[in-house]
Amino acid sequence: MRVVENLNHALHEVLAANPRAFLLGEDLLDPYGGAFKATRGLSTRFPSRVITTPISESAITGVGAGLALCGDTAIVEIMFSDFVTLAFDQIVNFAAKSVSMYGTRVPMRLIVRLPTGGGRGYGPTHSQSLQKHFIGVPGLDVYEMSPLHDNHAVFTQMIAAERPCVFFEDKVLYTKRMHEVDDLFTWDLTDGLARVHVDTPPDCVIIAPGGVTHRALAAMRRLLLEQEIVCTLLVPSRLHPLDAAPLVAVAREARSVVVAEESTAGGTWGAEVAHVLHRELWGVLRNPVALAHSADSIIPTASHLERAVLLTETTIHDTVLESLK
Amino acid sequence: MTTDLDRLLLIRHFERALLDLFAKGELNGTTHTCLGQEIVPVALAPLLGPDDHVFSNHRGHGHYLARFDDPAGLLAEIMGREGAVCDGVGGSQHILREGYLSTGVQGESLPVAVGAALHLRGSGALACAYIGDGTWGEGAVYESLNLAALWGLPLLVVVEHNGIAQTTPTELAMSGTIGARCAAFGVAHTALPADDVSAIRTVLTPLVAAVRTGSPLVVEFAVNRLGPHSKGDDTRSGVSELRDWYRDMSDVTGFAEADARARDLVGSVVREVKARPLSTWGRQAVRRGA
Ligand SMILES: Cc1ncc(C[n+]2csc(CCOP(=O)(O)OP(=O)(O)O)c2C)c(N)n1
Ligand SMILES: [Mg+2]
Repeated sequence: MRVVENLNHALHEVLAANPRAFLLGEDLLDPYGGAFKATRGLSTRFPSRVITTPISESAITGVGAGLALCGDTAIVEIMFSDFVTLAFDQIVNFAAKSVSMYGTRVPMRLIVRLPTGGGRGYGPTHSQSLQKHFIGVPGLDVYEMSPLHDNHAVFTQMIAAERPCVFFEDKVLYTKRMHEVDDLFTWDLTDGLARVHVDTPPDCVIIAPGGVTHRALAAMRRLLLEQEIVCTLLVPSRLHPLDAAPLVAVAREARSVVVAEESTAGGTWGAEVAHVLHRELWGVLRNPVALAHSADSIIPTASHLERAVLLTETTIHDTVLESLK
Repeated sequence: MTTDLDRLLLIRHFERALLDLFAKGELNGTTHTCLGQEIVPVALAPLLGPDDHVFSNHRGHGHYLARFDDPAGLLAEIMGREGAVCDGVGGSQHILREGYLSTGVQGESLPVAVGAALHLRGSGALACAYIGDGTWGEGAVYESLNLAALWGLPLLVVVEHNGIAQTTPTELAMSGTIGARCAAFGVAHTALPADDVSAIRTVLTPLVAAVRTGSPLVVEFAVNRLGPHSKGDDTRSGVSELRDWYRDMSDVTGFAEADARARDLVGSVVREVKARPLSTWGRQAVRRGA
């Protein structure tokens, strides 16, 4: 099953299970079913609760917050995560604060879905990875889709938390297969943390969000076959707040740690993860936690230029080598 | 001398060539063609001067080609080849050139155009922003109309109303009308068909002159989008029955010759640009990892 089908299935399940669950977004009616087809079939099956909207990202996110305020479950799709900046006020100043700023906790089941990332030549305003702008917003949970995490389980968790969530979906994942890793490795999933590994203890631990899984695996394969460097990959589903304990437990045993993400340089999620690990493992880590990310740059359109800016398998490979020096 | 017909046909064949290149897998990314909407920028071209600022959107190839005689520079931009207007960095929907800027986020350019109009106020020049009907969903559009009217700015908003936004028909996205929305802000509004270049100019010449003295104007053109939203994603039926100036004008004397000329010109631009080396960008010395 492809990742987009797994996501589509999860959305079907959420809407089927709860007659007070809504889905809003642009161009999501059948037969089109959304720009990336994640919402295919939903408008046909749940016509009154799957609502196609005008091009009004701020308003539709606010509408989702309003539904959530009244006790409904609302899923809002922003066609490209780049446009979530238009909804930033509704997410940061309304939804995330409503769970706390009135002195008592207001449950808010609001999920903002965000197709994300580059690699498809869509250009500077349709290729960004803006996760970092949502890290550390009190009351807001940041999740990222992953080929190793069943989307229905993740949506169930997000809804159960009754806190507003942003859910980043790396666009390159949609057409990839679910639950498939290189046969050099085995993998498991514990409490929302996926771990891909070989039998021997790792030289390096790579921590990455779901969208980077395949690039990290490709780097791990090369490192293992060409240099006998053993890596373990950890993919958390929730990027923030981060459940640090299991990461710390694995990182403790390794010679180095690399955090890899597609975000451009500066103020990254990885910097936050590194800070947590440094605090927990100061004096234990043999090397500073290393960061792999895209360049400090806008993301160009032409593919040869885009490749030179974005995080690649090679960026991760080289950063792992550097971290072990 | 380039006639209006030459320019219309250049845009038509340029856009067809892009879809063709896509189909052959020779173009990367995405592109939005203005097939069917070519008359709007061609009619406006002589009404805009070199000091005016044009703000274009995602569907901007016609806007660019009506202002600059540069199909090779635009194609190189879209294909990431040497000689690209913006080194291949911006691509189809992010172009900057003297007095011209396009961007791919709907509604974003309108406040910026208001800023340009504020800068230009009193100079006789104006800021012209192209937007689609669907873009009237964005709140920034209304904040901008309010400011332009409140401050008496030389802002010309050109609406290419093709009745659809990606796959969403206007009826599912707009309550009321564009005209009534303009009236609410005290902004002049004119609705025009987009089928006759000189008729459009006759109506707009005095109105655009008034914009230059600080009366903002919204011109709403009824157009047909004859192509897909981007590439191969059309969910509509009956597109081939929509009115097309290309079909309507095909009996005009000289059409067949002009059509062949434009097709040949675009054909040679495509061959020439495809043969160019990849574009280079000053920002290429990139720093990654840490
Ligand atoms: C803020 C924002 N939201 C969504 C999109 C995705 N998108 C690109 S074009 C488009 C439809 C625009 O419709 P309209 O304004 O009518 O222009 P048309 O494409 O018909 O020329 C959409 C939804 C975008 N580019 N920017
Ligand atoms: Mg439209």
